[in-house]
Order: sequence, then structure tokens, then C-alpha cells
Amino acid sequence: MVSQILAVVIFVVMFFLIITEKFERHIVTLSCGLLTLTVVFGACMQSMTAVTKTLALHRIFALDFWYHAGETAESSSGINWATIIFIASMMIMVEGMARAGFFRWLCIQIANLVHYKTIPIFITFMVMSAILAMFIDSITVILFLAAVTVELAQVLKFDPVPMILAEIFCANLGGSATMCGDPPNIIIGTALGYSFGDFITNTGLIAGISLVVTVIYFYFCFRKELLDSSGKSIPVTNYPDPKEAVTDKKGFIISCIIFLCAVFLLITHAQTGLTVAFIGLVIALATLLTSAKYIPDLMKKVDYKTLLFFIGLFIVVGGLEETGILTATASFIENISGGNVKLMTAIIIWVSAIASAFVDNIPFAATMIPIIKSLSVSQNTSLSVLAWALSMGTDIGGSATPIGASANVVGTSVAAKHGHPIGWGEYCWKTAPAALLVLLISTICIFIRYF
Amino acid sequence: MPQQLIISIGREYGSGGHEIAEELAERFGLHFYDKNLLKEIATEKNVDVNRLEKYDELPRSVSRKVRGFSNSPEENTANMQFEYLRKMAENGKSFVIVGRCSETVLRDYSCMISIFILADLSYKIDRISSQQGISREKAEILINRQNKKRKDYHNYYCLKKWGHSQNYDISINSSRLGIERTANILAGYIQERMSISIPR
Repeated sequence: MVSQILAVVIFVVMFFLIITEKFERHIVTLSCGLLTLTVVFGACMQSMTAVTKTLALHRIFALDFWYHAGETAESSSGINWATIIFIASMMIMVEGMARAGFFRWLCIQIANLVHYKTIPIFITFMVMSAILAMFIDSITVILFLAAVTVELAQVLKFDPVPMILAEIFCANLGGSATMCGDPPNIIIGTALGYSFGDFITNTGLIAGISLVVTVIYFYFCFRKELLDSSGKSIPVTNYPDPKEAVTDKKGFIISCIIFLCAVFLLITHAQTGLTVAFIGLVIALATLLTSAKYIPDLMKKVDYKTLLFFIGLFIVVGGLEETGILTATASFIENISGGNVKLMTAIIIWVSAIASAFVDNIPFAATMIPIIKSLSVSQNTSLSVLAWALSMGTDIGGSATPIGASANVVGTSVAAKHGHPIGWGEYCWKTAPAALLVLLISTICIFIRYF
Repeated sequence: MPQQLIISIGREYGSGGHEIAEELAERFGLHFYDKNLLKEIATEKNVDVNRLEKYDELPRSVSRKVRGFSNSPEENTANMQFEYLRKMAENGKSFVIVGRCSETVLRDYSCMISIFILADLSYKIDRISSQQGISREKAEILINRQNKKRKDYHNYYCLKKWGHSQNYDISINSSRLGIERTANILAGYIQERMSISIPR
């Protein structure tokens, strides 16, 4: 009982400190993780098994961590090393691509293909944002897309805010479509043993339908602002040239090949048996070996703080799991839904969405995974349905507010740094209805397809 | 080349700090910056100044930081002004700047003189109620609210606290001598300071 109370207190304090940002979030999760290991597992439970299970280092040395023939899952308990290795590797690959000028080239090339017309740029950038975010972390996607949008807005004389808001939303939506698109999906996929194909045929389908609706929604939302500027004549010489975006031609070609290989390996990983940890590691090594002289630069740009944040977070959530708190929470959800699986699914999707709109969706998803696992067993219901509900809820809910997802923060920050600050009112007025719309589509799709 | 002079003025709402700053700018022939700092920034960046003015000198609203990116409109607007002030100082420009944490932002420039203008509450209430044609009660509420905003804004970005005497070269109560004579005292102080060079 004492261990349960302490595990909950540590978790609540961690969440509170993450929200308040008084301390850096990796310091918070690592300190709380240390407390979980020493106080909850050590002093209260006196269980070395709980410590080793949560640290989960032994898993890295198992063959099925790197390769598995059938469908196996990382245990949801403790540190999800597959997620950490994959995210770190993707950071290296993305930095390699950014160094060569890939993202800026792609954005300007697309603007060039649509002849620098505002409305076509608006639509193609939304679609590009969603597609890129399916494979690359949405922070990077938005970082480059928002910067190019501001640059084009200066040249083409349009307000970049509507376009940036739409791009952010589509990046979050694209991230929900695949296993590697958004951190909650990586955690869900690796913890529950779902493949890229599982995601794309389930959440991907919902995201695809939602993307069509979203593009139409944002077009009607912002057409007035964008049409106002589309008639202005701009000298062609002012248009940015895609060729100038490429800073290293050889590096550019290599990074494109590596990226395409990564996409291919991820799409086929269920067939090849290669795990995302293995694919990530191979891709990172390929990036480093082909950019040998830039290795120190690339390694410096890895966001170690985020990786440490994940490690601490997984330990704290492991504390809740080992002490049985998450099973108790699952029972609570079971009771309020009265065993009605439809209601339970709706609760998961909407509660996840509301929570993710205001708090970081990564700790939320990590906490919910053992809960849906427990619900699936006790209710004898399909775990995958609950997983898709959790994925859509956490990924889309985060789009509703400026603080809900990392892409929102980075996108609005880039806009603000260039003189276009975006407040809560303006952000939520346009994106919260879109989030509600997509959540509604997700709920309907899940209900029609699985019940 | 004339000696560079930067006068940073912090002020309590209703203390007349703004008028004193304008008076000093006129006497020393300096550019005067207050809200208009944002106009210059907006012109330089080719953006709508109204968008920036909404978040001027306000405490940070609920926001998040990701990989060093903050999405607080208030924080980004403040940082934009801080950078612009540093750039002007670096370029050798002389000016008077009101608020905007300027005493901290420009503390490394020995040509900067930092002043804080305070006043008695009754004096501030008299000024605000007559200037804005509102009751004394409403004026007091307004003064407290505005000063809290300024304090929260300042103390978020600066280690030393808003209005604490250690943070400024000189703090002066404008209700003792009135606007004009307070400006005289400060002008004399500035003249004295300009005659000597104080390393920071």
C-alpha cells in the first residue's frame, strides 16, 4: 500500500513539474525515476526483480530485440529501449538530411512546382507536412516547413500564420498514421508488438480520411486571408531557388538514399523481421559512416535530453505498473464503462485527446499502454482496437492547443521569432474545431470498422 | 563622435516615469523608445505591429518549451525587443528606453544609466484618476494590476527584482518633487555621470 501511494505521488509530482517547467523535464523524470528505483522498489518493495524488470537492460542483448520472425512485443513494463534507440537513430538521420539541405530544398521545390501560388502552396504544404511526418519526427518537419513558409510569406506577401497552423495540424495528423510518426505511436508499436503495416492499415486509414477533411476545412477557414494575397504580382527574380537550398550535393544524394532505405525498411519490417531498433541503428550508422567528417556535429545535435526524459519517464511508469496502480486504473475504467467495450473505447479516445491537449502526450501514452493491456485481458476485447483509439486520441488531442504537442510549440515559436506571435485564442479558434472533427471521424471509423 | 548614452527607465504605473523619460530624451537630444520600439522592429521585419503590441510587456501566459523553442507570444515578443536593444547598443546608438527589462538587458554597456521612478500610491491614484477620468477606487485597482503585470514580466526575465534599488543606478520618488523637478535632478545626475567613465 505504501509503495502504491509513493509511486502515485512520484508520478503526480513528475507530471506537475513537467507542466510547470520549473526544471528541465529530463532532470524531473530522471530524479523521479531514481526515487522510484530506490524508494518504491528498494525501500518499500525490497524487490530487485522490479528494479531489473524496469531497467530492462537484458532485453537489449536478446536476439528478438533486433530480429524476430513472428509477432513479438517489447514488454510494456519498464524502459522501452527500442523506442529510445529508434528515436536517437532517427535524430541522427534527420540531422544528416538537414545538414545537406534536404528539407529546405523539398519545401522550395514544391513551392516552385506550383509556381509560387499561395493557395496551391497552402494545400501542397499541408499534404507534404502530413507525408513527411509519417516518417520523420514532426518537430523537424515543422521546424523547416514553418521557416520556409515565413520566408515565402515575405516574398509572396501573405500572412504565414494560417499556413503554419494548418501545417502543424497536418504534421500531427501525419504522425498518427504510422508507427514511427509520433513518439506515442513508437511506444505503442514497440510495447504492444504492432508493425508499420498494422498502423498504416488502421490509424493510417483514419488519418488519410481525416487529411482530406482537414485540407477542405482549413481551405474554407483561411481562404479569405490567403486569397487576399494571391492576386499580388511579385517579381519572379525574388522567388527562392531550390538549388540554393542544397548545401552539400553529395551529402544530399546520400541522405536521400538513406531516407528512402529507412522508409523501405520500415514499411517491410513485418516481412523482414527486422525490428525498429535494428532499422534505426542501421540507418544511424549509415548516416554517420557516409558523413564521417561531420560525425561530431551530427552527434552534438542529438537531443540527449529527450532521450534521458524518456528513460526517466519509463521508470516512473514502471513504478506504477509494478505496484499494481495501472491495473487498478484499468478496473476503474472498466467499472465506469460497465463492461461496455464501445463506451470503453470512446472513453480512451476522448480522455486521451482531452489530456493530450493540455499535458505532454508521451507520458500519457506510456501510462495508458499497461492500462489498455489490462483492459483487453479483463474484457476479452481486441487490444488493437484500444491501441488505435489511444493512438488517435493522444496524437490528435495534442493538436487542439498550442501546448498539446511538440510540433505546435516549435511551429508557433518559429512564427513568433519572425514577428508573428500566435496566442491561445487565435490558435484554438481555428485548430480546436479541426481536432474535434478528426476525433469524431476517428471514433466513427473505429466504431464502424471494429464493432 | 559624440559619447554614447543610453538611459534606461523603469517605472511604476502612474509615477510619471514615461513623461520623465520623454523629458530626458528631449533634453539630451536622444531617440525615445517605449511601445514604439515594436514599430521599428515590425518595420524591419515587415510584419504587422498590431500582432506584436498585443503581447508587449506582459507576463508569460501558459506555454511550453521544446528543444529551446518557447511558444509564449509574450516571451518571443520580449526577446525580440531585447535583441533589438542589444543591437542598437552594439551599433553605438544613444537612446532613452522605458521598461523592457532594459537595465538588465543592457547592463554590460558602461554608457547605460539605469533609473527607477516610483511614487506614493496617493500620488499615482491622483494622476491616473484625473488622466483617465475614472474614480479613485478604479484608479487604484488599475495601478495595482498594471504594476503586478510589470513586476511579473520583469522578474521572469531578470534575476534582480523589479523596483529593487540594487538593480538601478538611481531610484527616485517622483511624488516628492513632481515630474519637472524630478527630471531636473535626473538630468543633473546624468550630466555628472557623463563627465566620468564608470567601468561595469
